[in-house]
Amino acid sequence: MKHLLSTEDLPREEALRILDTAEDMADVSGREVKKLPTLRGRTVVNLFLEDSTRTRISFEVAAKRLSADVINFSAKGSSVSKGESLKDTAQTLEAMGADGVVIRHGASGAPQTLAASGWITAGIVNAGDGTHEHPTQALLDAFTIRRRLHGAASRGRGLDGVGVTIVGDVLHSRVARSNVWLLTALGARVRLVGPATLLPVGAASWPVEIGYDLDAAVAEAPDVLMMLRVQSERMRDAFFPGEREYSREWGLTDERLSKLPPTTMVMHPGPMNRGLEISAAAADSPASTVLEQVANGVSVRMAVLYHLLAADPRGE
Amino acid sequence: MTARTVLQAADVQRAITRIAHEIVESNRGSSDLVLLGIPTRGVELAERLAHTIEHIERVPDPPPVPSGALDVTMYRDDLHRNPTRAPRPTQIPAGGVDGRTVVLVDDVLYSGRTIRAALDALSDLGRPKAVRLAVLVDRGHRELPIRADFVGKNLPTAASERVNVRLAGTDGVEEVTLE
Repeated sequence: MKHLLSTEDLPREEALRILDTAEDMADVSGREVKKLPTLRGRTVVNLFLEDSTRTRISFEVAAKRLSADVINFSAKGSSVSKGESLKDTAQTLEAMGADGVVIRHGASGAPQTLAASGWITAGIVNAGDGTHEHPTQALLDAFTIRRRLHGAASRGRGLDGVGVTIVGDVLHSRVARSNVWLLTALGARVRLVGPATLLPVGAASWPVEIGYDLDAAVAEAPDVLMMLRVQSERMRDAFFPGEREYSREWGLTDERLSKLPPTTMVMHPGPMNRGLEISAAAADSPASTVLEQVANGVSVRMAVLYHLLAADPRGE
Repeated sequence: MTARTVLQAADVQRAITRIAHEIVESNRGSSDLVLLGIPTRGVELAERLAHTIEHIERVPDPPPVPSGALDVTMYRDDLHRNPTRAPRPTQIPAGGVDGRTVVLVDDVLYSGRTIRAALDALSDLGRPKAVRLAVLVDRGHRELPIRADFVGKNLPTAASERVNVRLAGTDGVEEVTLE
């Protein structure tokens, strides 16, 4: 594996290899010496051209735990704010000897462009591009589900037969897209629920069921209920009448939480809009995996960086 | 090239029994011992050695000898040269390694690079009182100043030859062959 650009073309065996490696990385995070010498002497550039806290910090911690040198690069405070193109930025990083580039970009497809362009020979990790994909988030979600279901016996297992309902703003969600491909590849049954205006037209051809009624979805007691953030910053139209109506129809309210069996996991990729798509009680309940997702994110990203960068990415 | 059997099942078992006795002798008993096998076959060897040691000291209710697994994939010095390997789980017994005598167990000792990686991995897990090395086969050709304390069989080989260790619990058959 040279790049991780999307989960759509990630085969099941490859995904399981990353998840199993992440189990070992999680063990390291529980030790007194939380560090491995594996990527000593390698340089990882965090190229974040769109705002992010948890993903950038998570990648930074992951790379440092593997002893890589980390350079953080953001649009603000760099030549990108002076209008430097992606090509020039990439060639600069190449000239400085970057071995891996973790890129977040507002434009869908930017990581593909970088990987296919020949501007740079480093391994590319997509850390979220526009409304396209966010593969490491999907991997950490799958890892979190698997750990809650199987605990220490997780290694080697897929998610066969697990029912996952993804709720809310699917249209703008790269997390939802990556999860649809990855979770179905791992054998899960995925259902999308939300207002018709926020379900993409193309979803009809995805390997998922589609629904519009959250109460009906809750009544079916899915194994996992994944609430998506309402991405107001990407909405240039009125997709729903108002926040109170959204919350009433498609938010995980205290009342809906009480109807879920205690075994249902409540997931959220963060950052949460408390009171909009998820109530505070739901976010803080024992069913919620939000903080586990953050902790597991480091282990999964360590596994991804290991598989991309441990062997020489330039194939010497 | 045809494979030649160097050790048969009974030979392997006798080697394990002898190494177990040598470990107990040099440690003056079985207290404070921790056996850590290097995956894959070192783990089974460590378990069998621990089990054998428990039954050497003829006391009623022998105290268990802890054994575990120490994966060294992340500490190897040849990661850049080879296709990426999937790591195996590391399992350290509940008591940890601090202040214990750790016996590293592997099937074949060759260049010594795996053991170098294991020593690094071990130092990230704690500070043992002493570290020893037990191997089923020592085939020579060391590239580092490392030697085994307990050896099942010294096997002179050419670098072009392959030593295959198969164990009952891992492979279903038990033998050491040279091809």
